[in-house]
Amino acid sequence: MPARNWIFAVAVALFLSLSTFSSAQDLQIVNAERRIDLSSHIVKAFLTLKVENIGKDPAADMLLAFPPTQIKNLAMVQALAVTGKKKKKTYLPLDVKPSEQPDAPNDAGYFLVSFATPLGPGEAVTLEVLYILTHSLEPFPVEITQSESQLVYYRDSAVVLSPYRIKQQTTFFKTPSTRVESFTSVEPANRAGKEIKYGAYEDRVPYSYAPVIVHFENNSPFAVVEELVREIEISHWGSLQITENYRLTHGGARHKGVFSRVEYQSRRSISGSSSFNALLAVLPPRVNSVYYRDNIGNISTSHLRTGFKKSELEFEPRYPLFGGWKATFIIGYRVPLEDYLFEAPDGRRYLNFTFGCPLVETIVNKLTLKVVLPEGSKDPSAVLPFAVNQDLQVKYSYLDIVGRTVVVLQKDNVVPTHNVPFQVYYTFKPIYMLAEPLMLVSAFFFVFVTSLAYVHIDLNIVKK
Amino acid sequence: MAAVESLPPGTPSAMRNAFGTVLSALILVLIGVLAFSIRLFSVIKYESVIHEFDPYFNYRVTQFLSKNGIYEFWNWFDDRTWYPLGRVIGGTVYPGLTLTAGTIWWVLNAINIPLSVETVCVFTAPVFSAFASWATYLLTKEVKGSGAGLAAAALLAMVPSYISRSVAGSYDNEAVAIFALIFTFYLYIKTLNTGSLFYATLNAIAYFYMVCSWGGYTFIINLIPMHVLLCIVTGRYSPRLYIAYAPLVVLGTLLAALVPVVGFNAVLTSEHFASFLVFIIIHVVALVYYIKGILTPKMFKVAVTLVVSIGLVVCLIVVAVLVALVASSPTGGWSGRSLSLLDPTYASKYIPIIASVSEHQPPTWPSYFMDINVLAFLVPAGIIACFSPLSDASSFVVLYIVMSVYFSGVMVRLMLVLAPAACIMSGIALSQAFDVFTGSIKYQLSSKSKDDAEDNTSTKNAPKDDASSGKADKGEEVAKERLSKKGKKKEREPAEKPSVKSKIVKKKALVLPLEASIVALLLLIMLGAFYVIHCVWAAAEAYSAPSIVLTSQSHDGLHVFDDFRESYAWLSHNTDVDDKVASWWDYGYQTTAMANRTVIVDNNTWNNTHIATVGTAMSSPEKAAWEIFNSLDVKYVLVVFGGVIGYPSDDINKFLWMVRIGGGEFPHIKEADYLRDGQYRIDSEATPTMLNCLMYKLCYYRFVETDGKGYDRVRRTEIGKKHFKLTHFEEVFTSHHWMVRIYKLKPQKNRIRGRVKKLKQKTTSGVSSKSVKKNPWM
Repeated sequence: MPARNWIFAVAVALFLSLSTFSSAQDLQIVNAERRIDLSSHIVKAFLTLKVENIGKDPAADMLLAFPPTQIKNLAMVQALAVTGKKKKKTYLPLDVKPSEQPDAPNDAGYFLVSFATPLGPGEAVTLEVLYILTHSLEPFPVEITQSESQLVYYRDSAVVLSPYRIKQQTTFFKTPSTRVESFTSVEPANRAGKEIKYGAYEDRVPYSYAPVIVHFENNSPFAVVEELVREIEISHWGSLQITENYRLTHGGARHKGVFSRVEYQSRRSISGSSSFNALLAVLPPRVNSVYYRDNIGNISTSHLRTGFKKSELEFEPRYPLFGGWKATFIIGYRVPLEDYLFEAPDGRRYLNFTFGCPLVETIVNKLTLKVVLPEGSKDPSAVLPFAVNQDLQVKYSYLDIVGRTVVVLQKDNVVPTHNVPFQVYYTFKPIYMLAEPLMLVSAFFFVFVTSLAYVHIDLNIVKK
Repeated sequence: MAAVESLPPGTPSAMRNAFGTVLSALILVLIGVLAFSIRLFSVIKYESVIHEFDPYFNYRVTQFLSKNGIYEFWNWFDDRTWYPLGRVIGGTVYPGLTLTAGTIWWVLNAINIPLSVETVCVFTAPVFSAFASWATYLLTKEVKGSGAGLAAAALLAMVPSYISRSVAGSYDNEAVAIFALIFTFYLYIKTLNTGSLFYATLNAIAYFYMVCSWGGYTFIINLIPMHVLLCIVTGRYSPRLYIAYAPLVVLGTLLAALVPVVGFNAVLTSEHFASFLVFIIIHVVALVYYIKGILTPKMFKVAVTLVVSIGLVVCLIVVAVLVALVASSPTGGWSGRSLSLLDPTYASKYIPIIASVSEHQPPTWPSYFMDINVLAFLVPAGIIACFSPLSDASSFVVLYIVMSVYFSGVMVRLMLVLAPAACIMSGIALSQAFDVFTGSIKYQLSSKSKDDAEDNTSTKNAPKDDASSGKADKGEEVAKERLSKKGKKKEREPAEKPSVKSKIVKKKALVLPLEASIVALLLLIMLGAFYVIHCVWAAAEAYSAPSIVLTSQSHDGLHVFDDFRESYAWLSHNTDVDDKVASWWDYGYQTTAMANRTVIVDNNTWNNTHIATVGTAMSSPEKAAWEIFNSLDVKYVLVVFGGVIGYPSDDINKFLWMVRIGGGEFPHIKEADYLRDGQYRIDSEATPTMLNCLMYKLCYYRFVETDGKGYDRVRRTEIGKKHFKLTHFEEVFTSHHWMVRIYKLKPQKNRIRGRVKKLKQKTTSGVSSKSVKKNPWM
């Protein structure tokens, strides 16, 4: 196996693979507890691991493994190292990045967690891992009528997939209601109220896997934004204009047959329980000039509550969304520039804004964030805590001549936990702000001079 | 309004002229701003969106134009409407409006002003109404001087009739056409006054723009020949008249034929024949004048007898040919809409589809008051003012008002043509009245001071007279060239400066008592104020409500009924892109523009049979309707129902038209079957045909479950048939206030059963039939 690793000629890859090779032998998980929250369509899994180094060399990092069905739906993995006891717990964020393992069984995917300090022989550390899965609840039946409620499958393993030996582990599934149609039994497994418990299982070898299916009711809004394009336009005259183009869909069981308004209106809780029609967007504080429309005009069903910490825009699409129904809309707003634009110590300016989608509890399949810098800005660079595709474009807006630089950030599979600040640095000379007013002034001046000249010039060929 | 004229004399005239020019330019700019901003109520009160039914089509065409360019636009065959026939848009649409907005959009984007096509379309009409008021100024200035021009421009800027068609968001042909109409008239009068071929060419181009914009161009091509004829008959023929008319007919007809929608109609249809006839007459007259000039009177008499006898024969032949041509075409060469102009009862008698449109109905008296308000009282005064003195130009506006009053009496829609004429007349009337009143006040005041210093009078009056006559001289100097060209016909006073000389002669006669003048002035101002208040009210309340969004004011605030867009958005996002939607034609344009779905019929009512088919389907029982719709490949049926919230212009109220139009083509639909004793009703007294027709069922399906009784708020009655099931249609969407209901045609069941039977027969011989029965599709 080391021989195969040599094929990876890159030094970093070499180092990583060698170290993981050693740690795979030397680490073991003493205790694993997994709590999977299935109450919304975004599956959140909290994994508590107690990792111990039983080898002779210090281990710098460890691997988290995910089955191939989950790895493509994995929106985010975060890890925290827990230090201290009970009351005085402190959490230290750890560096997590995706990793390729050549010897991965059944195309399992890996994430590499780097410890803050290498774990010495005999030492143990407690890790809190949060990972979020999207599109992992599969509606069954696939099509339902208006009055049926929505049942979904969730597939996972009763034991934690791991390249390490796990001494003891338990897994909890939390369902949104007590209605659970069925769940695979892997002894010991039992259900109490909204919770299904698998375990405790003792001493499982690496890559143990015990597939389970949970079939349960989930009527939470399956709001999936298929595509979101956010455009942030910086104007050094004092405001940021944000325009968000949504293509929303109901990602749950498809609606079948009739939609009866009379049933929907009279018995909302029974008829149409799987549908949703209210959405909530969390916007920045001091937001103004908010609009909510689609390409055929304004939509009048929205409320805005502004606050000191955040503003909330409560709105409804034009019609309630049943499974498979789609809607598009645009939300636009303006925020004061001084809240988000700062000057870095080196003289560059930077925009500090929130990434992600302002809608709560929503999955975004494809997010494109465009930061339109003012005309004349140079050297743009974006700083984000996670990997995104970056690109540069040019946009022509009001009276532009050279065009504005647009920093395009693009990321797939975005969940609310991606709503973290990011920065875009650029250099800008304030003199460029005057370009357009000067242009207008000179244009008017030219018009007046021409009309002056016209009045005074006699264009007649024959003198009268 | 008459500020320019009522300036005190005495300041140096050059300075005064400059000041007057700047002042009138400033007033014109303000009038433009007024015209633009009074039309923004709809945007401020509602939103910046296209409002009515027709504009949605224009908007969609503009979108296509801006996306695909002009050549694609000319060749555009639209397969999303009139399914399965389609429609050649490039050849059947008046392209003026779309090209104008498309050009504006293109220019704005070229200088990097990224306005959307929608924004440009919304604001095209207000911008062009500003242009129209400036054109009115120019026209009236040519007729009666700049004072009258300013007054007319200000009146036109806010005349309710025009506002009704040009508020922001009503993106209709008339928006630019009225400007084109007035501007064409202005250039005609300008050519008539100057005899310049330059203006004659411009006039033809302006006429071309009008032809591009609106079918109402036939009004121009009939009115101008009538005026020419009038001039000839009253002995006002002049070379200027010839210059004004002949190039217009030649160039104008050539240009008009370039517009695809007009094409050879420009020479083939009878709407244009009057112009050709007058074209011949003016040439004959010109020839006569020419011959008269070169021959001695005696020789001339001989020539006349010769020519008249030959001419009569030629004329008779021409007339005979024309009559034969007209008679050979099916409608006598006249299109239905034009025929209903001449005979107001024509449409309602023969073409229900024209009669079913409310704007094709004759107006009622209140609508005159609503649409032109006090102008109706000022117009006669204006006509009188036009006769003192009568000039070529003023005779034209008199003819214009007479004709437009007649046409507006035929069709509400043509009130729009009357409005500019009424504004011009009222502007002239107001300006003249102000002239007389301020003049007499001035005279009275100066005669008072005459009492104070009797001996000074002569010396005081003399310089004043000198000054004013100097001014008049100057005015005449300016217009000298023009006058010399006008020939000896009539000494027309320069319009800008009503000659003070003649006034002084008349002054003694025209002068009014001081008190009377002041009171009359105040009354006139009050009249103006009343007009302004009415216009603002009309703009804000009556004409700015969009038809796609309805609002109602109730005790707990404003209620918005946005059902149309709700269901159009639903259609556009949740049905297949090639699905066909059937609805009554009123909603065709909106469905294609907003929902982007193929429709069977739309507001361009070019195929009566197709509309009748949909009407028949709506008035047939469910099964028959299903068959009709299925044969048209229809997947969804959309009906508009106002019974829940009391929206009166819904499909049930339009239903009799569907029956009539359907019955016109398919005689098995009889209007009488839907009426109980001649009364249209939907309650328990209604006829069984009515209660079983598709429209009734689609509108009232499960309606009774809303309140338990099935009380229709529009018809103010309980519905006749409350509980019923649909067998061939299923409800797929109903908007929040039930205004729009969309049904889906159920798939064909019978054929599947047939297949099942066949399968059964096949399989009975083979394997056990039990499993087949259970699952025939496996």
